[in-house]
Amino acid sequence: MKRRTTLAALAVVLACGTASAQQVSVKIGVLSDMSSLYADIGGPGSTAAAKIAIADFQKANPNVKVELVSGDHQNKPDIGTNIANQWFDVDKVDMIIDVPNSGVALAVSQVAANKNKLFIVSGAASSDLTGAKCNANTVHWTYDTWMLANGTGKAMVKTGGDTWFFLTADYAFGHALERDTMAVVEKNGGKVLGKVRHPLNTNDFSSFLLQAQSSKAKVLGLANAGGDTINSIKAASEFGIVKGGQSLAGLLVFTSDVNALGLATAQGLALTETFYWDANDTNRAWTKRWHSEGGAANGKFPTMIHAGVYAGILHYLKAAVALNGNVSDGKVVVAKMKEIPTDDPLFGKGTIRADGRKVHPAYLFEVKKPEESKYPGDFYKLRATIPADEAFRPLKEGGCPLVSG
Amino acid sequence: MFELCLPAILGGKCIPSAALFGQLLIGLINGSFYALLSLGLAVIFGMLNIINFTHGAQYMLGAFTAYIILQKTGLGYWPALIIAPLIVGVLGIIIERTMLQWLYKLDHLYGLLLTFGVALIIEGIVRNEYGSAGLPYTLPDSLRGGQNLGFMFLPNYRAWVVGASLVVCFGTWFVIERTRLGAYLRAATENPTLVRAFGINVPRMITLTYGFGVALAAFAGVMAAPIYNVSPQMGAELIIVVFAVVVIGGMGSILGAILTGFGLGVIEGLTKVFFPEASNTVIFVIMAIVLLVRPAGLFGRRA
Repeated sequence: MKRRTTLAALAVVLACGTASAQQVSVKIGVLSDMSSLYADIGGPGSTAAAKIAIADFQKANPNVKVELVSGDHQNKPDIGTNIANQWFDVDKVDMIIDVPNSGVALAVSQVAANKNKLFIVSGAASSDLTGAKCNANTVHWTYDTWMLANGTGKAMVKTGGDTWFFLTADYAFGHALERDTMAVVEKNGGKVLGKVRHPLNTNDFSSFLLQAQSSKAKVLGLANAGGDTINSIKAASEFGIVKGGQSLAGLLVFTSDVNALGLATAQGLALTETFYWDANDTNRAWTKRWHSEGGAANGKFPTMIHAGVYAGILHYLKAAVALNGNVSDGKVVVAKMKEIPTDDPLFGKGTIRADGRKVHPAYLFEVKKPEESKYPGDFYKLRATIPADEAFRPLKEGGCPLVSG
Repeated sequence: MFELCLPAILGGKCIPSAALFGQLLIGLINGSFYALLSLGLAVIFGMLNIINFTHGAQYMLGAFTAYIILQKTGLGYWPALIIAPLIVGVLGIIIERTMLQWLYKLDHLYGLLLTFGVALIIEGIVRNEYGSAGLPYTLPDSLRGGQNLGFMFLPNYRAWVVGASLVVCFGTWFVIERTRLGAYLRAATENPTLVRAFGINVPRMITLTYGFGVALAAFAGVMAAPIYNVSPQMGAELIIVVFAVVVIGGMGSILGAILTGFGLGVIEGLTKVFFPEASNTVIFVIMAIVLLVRPAGLFGRRA
């Protein structure tokens, strides 16, 4: 018996030996919005994060060869699908990462499943990616609508905001965020009084805010993102929504949005993220590298999406090495990624669940007042940490077919 | 208090009349932005026969210039309201002198393509420099707060926007349609050779007109900076709507541009109440109908 264990151990050592000696070669595609409204939360900053991840991994594993390409999906599902098809078929890309915009991400997730390749979502938010529309080729890393709703929504209801009115972006992401937040609000004893669904990229929100005002709801839930969120908050401040006693719940707000609003307008806003550049020394050091990699125009700060791209690539490369570079079967690689526990400097230790959901803690932040902010990018104070096992939707509630079996 | 309801076939949604007044007023405010922007476009098309696709980028440049002026010199909103349009207007004049002036004799399409290309270049440069998420610009202190009108809370800034827009729009209309300078301009569009024979420097007049149209766009941009997100794509999002406004009003008709600007603002505002999902489509539906019934637009003269 003992002898057999020794033999097995020897075999493992040998296997590892050959693995590290063998040349592992993979090709990664960063697919993002490179030139439009989400280009600052993902975009070129995601490519910069990918470069840092590859450099970090190669330092410890010099025999791993990684080729990086990037593409612009222009927020159009058809263009995203075309690029994904071409990358997988012609350019022999093994893995696609990022893809802000849930509409595009859901389409790319389908492509990855059909071609049995791999897709790591960092930019998109819809919890459907690991829910009803999950598949064995997709891993959802950074955040999702359930987590945002659970973080910000629960905190608002617990502090007395028990009646809600929603301003919802009228596409896959907004609908998912609205649905998940409504569930949280109602579960915690709150009530939803009404909602408005506005087109993506709406300029003027005053009409919607007037409707929200007359609903007399205590909380105005912003189930939108980027420029839409900025325009809603700017108009809300102008129309005296907060002064009138209603509070704003920014359900998806990034550091780049806070920067665009200015602290004078954004102060007091509660929001949930899984990464904040100024949270600790590791994150600050990483941010410095990200800046020198050309991640930001004009002194902006990395978002959790950038952090997710970095961590996702690190973990993928670990799995690729564990498989001796046999990455052609996407399902096998995803299975390996789920098998190995995750561990990276930005998200700490975590796991990837059966439904493809990466699990880690989330943080509830509050935007500082202008006088509390000491230096550029000093935006948040931490209000609460939501532990990993509470931050994301329980495995059984998502309705993912991979779980039921 | 009575209620206004939609027919059941359209959803049967009801709102009280007080809320309706509020929505009408908001529509008027948004319409004043459309009017300001479409006015510049109408002036440029009416006088130069150029379809100025750079207009959105110039509107965006107005807002960015206000931001840059604040950062570099500390000058706030009011000085920016004068300086930014001047700077952007001069940039417009440079574009006209170096590029556009060679295209007047050619088909409209060439001017359209050139200005569209210039718009993309300007947007790209600004995005490269400042990113896409946007920049902060706060309300001027003197226009903070607002009035309670009973049926709605009217922010002082919005009242100022409507007022300023009305003054600028009708001032421009008056100069072009009712003064001697305007008469020269209109004559120069009809028959430049003849006007030149009277000793008037037609090319310089055209250049200045383009500069003025561009300055109007920049003026609207500065007006927008405190209330909308100042981002490189802010103009591209708006310009398509504004073009629809100009087409509905009748290409080149100044009064048409102003009136349809305000009118469509109101219609869009009401759509946001009764059927918000369609609020960015309704203007194009109206445009299609108007083009079918009156191909030259509501106020356009048949060519």
